[in-house]
Amino acid sequence: MIGCYTLFKKEMARFGKVWFQTVLSPIVTAMLYLMVFSQVLEGRVEVFDGISYTEFLIPGLLMMTVIQNAFANSSSSLIQSKTLGNLLFILVAPISTLQIFLAYTAAAVARGLIVGLGVLLIALLYVDVPVYNFGIILLFAISSSAVLGALGIIAGIWADKFDQMAAFQNFIIVPLSFLSGVFYSIHSLSGIWQTLSHFNPFLYMIDGFRYGFFGASDVPVGTSFAVVIVSLTVLSAICYRIIDTGYKLRQ
Amino acid sequence: MTTPAVSIQALHKNFGSVQALKGIDLEIEQGEFFGLLGPNGAGKSTLINALAGLTRPTSGSLKIMGYDVIANYLEARRRLGVVPQEVVFDPFFSVREALIFQSGYFGLTKNDLWVDELLDTLKLTDKADANMRSLSGGMKRRVLIAQALVHKPLVVVLDEPTAGVDVELRKSLWRFVRSLHKSGHTIVLTTHYLEEAETLCDRIAIIDHGKLITLESKQELMRRGLGQKLTVSSNSPLPDVPTELQRKIVNASEFQLELRLHREQDSVIDILDQLRAANFQIDDIGVETDSLEDIFVQLTSEQAL
Repeated sequence: MIGCYTLFKKEMARFGKVWFQTVLSPIVTAMLYLMVFSQVLEGRVEVFDGISYTEFLIPGLLMMTVIQNAFANSSSSLIQSKTLGNLLFILVAPISTLQIFLAYTAAAVARGLIVGLGVLLIALLYVDVPVYNFGIILLFAISSSAVLGALGIIAGIWADKFDQMAAFQNFIIVPLSFLSGVFYSIHSLSGIWQTLSHFNPFLYMIDGFRYGFFGASDVPVGTSFAVVIVSLTVLSAICYRIIDTGYKLRQ
Repeated sequence: MTTPAVSIQALHKNFGSVQALKGIDLEIEQGEFFGLLGPNGAGKSTLINALAGLTRPTSGSLKIMGYDVIANYLEARRRLGVVPQEVVFDPFFSVREALIFQSGYFGLTKNDLWVDELLDTLKLTDKADANMRSLSGGMKRRVLIAQALVHKPLVVVLDEPTAGVDVELRKSLWRFVRSLHKSGHTIVLTTHYLEEAETLCDRIAIIDHGKLITLESKQELMRRGLGQKLTVSSNSPLPDVPTELQRKIVNASEFQLELRLHREQDSVIDILDQLRAANFQIDDIGVETDSLEDIFVQLTSEQAL
C-alpha cells in the first residue's frame, strides 16, 4: 500500500504546488456566483418553504464546485503526465491497478472536499446555512467527488490532446453540473425539461447533498444515493478495466 | 542453473498491420553486461518497453528474474530499473522530491541515505532542491538514471542513455554504469554508439526489422572473419597486383592499394612480402581492424537484401 499512498501524496502535492489555480481560483468563482445570483434573485424566488434563495443556492454551488474540481484533478493530472511522458514513472512501478485507481480517486475527492470546505467557510460569513444531517452531507460529498474523480481518470486516459479534454469538460461536465438544479429546483421546470433532468446523474448528487442541509429535496434522498452509488460502481469498473488493460497507457 | 536475469520467448508485437517484433527469443544471464543493437526502428525500444510493461506484447512471454512481466508484474517490476530513451520529468517537483516519490512507488519509505548516495554519485547534490524544469538536459538525464535505481534493481535497462549527451558526461555515465555492473547488477544497454557496446558489453544481440539477427559474445562477433583493411601507398606508380591477391582488392589507384584481409587466414607480413616480390615500392602502410560498426553494417545490410 506504500506505493498507493505515495501516489496519493504525489497527487496532493501536485495540486498543492499550484493552489492558487487549483484551490483559490474555484473558491473565488463560486463566491462570485453566490454574490451575483443572491443579489439578483434574493427575495424573488423561494424554492423550499422558509428557506431563502441564498441559503438554497449555497449547497448546490458547493457541490458543483466539489464535483468540478474532483473531475479536474484526476483528468488534468493524467493528461499532463501522459503528454509530458512522466506517467512512465508510475507505469514502471509495482503499483497495482486497484492502487492506481484508489490513489487518483482519493486525491480527486480530497481536492473536491478542500475546495468545497473553502467555499463553505466563506459562504458562512455571508449567510447562516442550516445543517440537517452532517453525515449525509459528507456521504454525498465523498461519493459524488469519487464519481467525478473516476470520470476524470477515464477522460484523462481517453483524451489524447488538451482540446479533447477541454471539450469533455466544457460540453459534458460544465453543462450537466449547471443544469442539475444548482440554481433552481427542477420542479420549477416545465414537463419535458423536468423529465430530461432526471437523466442527469449530477441532479442526484446535488439534490441529495442539499437534503443534508435542509432535510428537504426534489428527489427522495435514498433514490439519489442509489444513483450516485450505481454511477460510482459503473465508472469504477470502467476505470479498473482501462487501467488494467493498459488502454492508451501501455499501447 | 541460475534463473536468467531476462528471459524472452517467441515475442511478437504488432502495431496495427506493422509487425514491430517478429518472434524474439533471448536470454540474458545474471551479471551480464548485455548490448542490444540495431538501426532506428529495428524494434529495440519496443522490446525494452515490453520488458518494462510499457507496451503489451501481442504474443510471447517476458520474464525478469523468473517473474512474468504480465502475470507477475509486481514482482517483475521490483527487480527492474529502466532508464528511458526520452528525457521525461515531472515539472512540479524538485530532484529530491522526484526521487523520494519514486522510492515510495517501489514501497520504500526510508530511502534518504541511498537517494543521497545516488545524488552524490551522479553529481546532482547541488541541484537536489532545484525544480526539475531548471535542470539542463544532461542533468535531467542523470535524474532519470537515479530514478531507475532508487530501488536498487537487479536488472538495469538503459535505452540509449547517451544519445545527445556530451563526451564528458558520456564518459562519467559509463564509469557509473560499469561500477553498477561490478557491484552485481545485470546491465542491458541499447546504444547507437557502437564503440560503447564494443568496450562495455560482454554479449551483443543485433536486431533488425523486429528480428534477432545475431546473438554472440563480443569476441565471436569480432571474429566473424571481416578482419582487417591493409592500405599500401607508394610515391611512384604501383605495378600490377599479383593474381593471387586480386580478389582481396577493395580499392586501387595509381599510388594506393587497399586490400581486405581475413582476420585468421591472412597475414599482413606475408601479403607485404608478396607485394614486394611483385616489385611494389612501398613507402607507407596502414592497417585498420574492422570495428563492431563494420560488422553491424554488414549484418544489417545482409538482412536487407
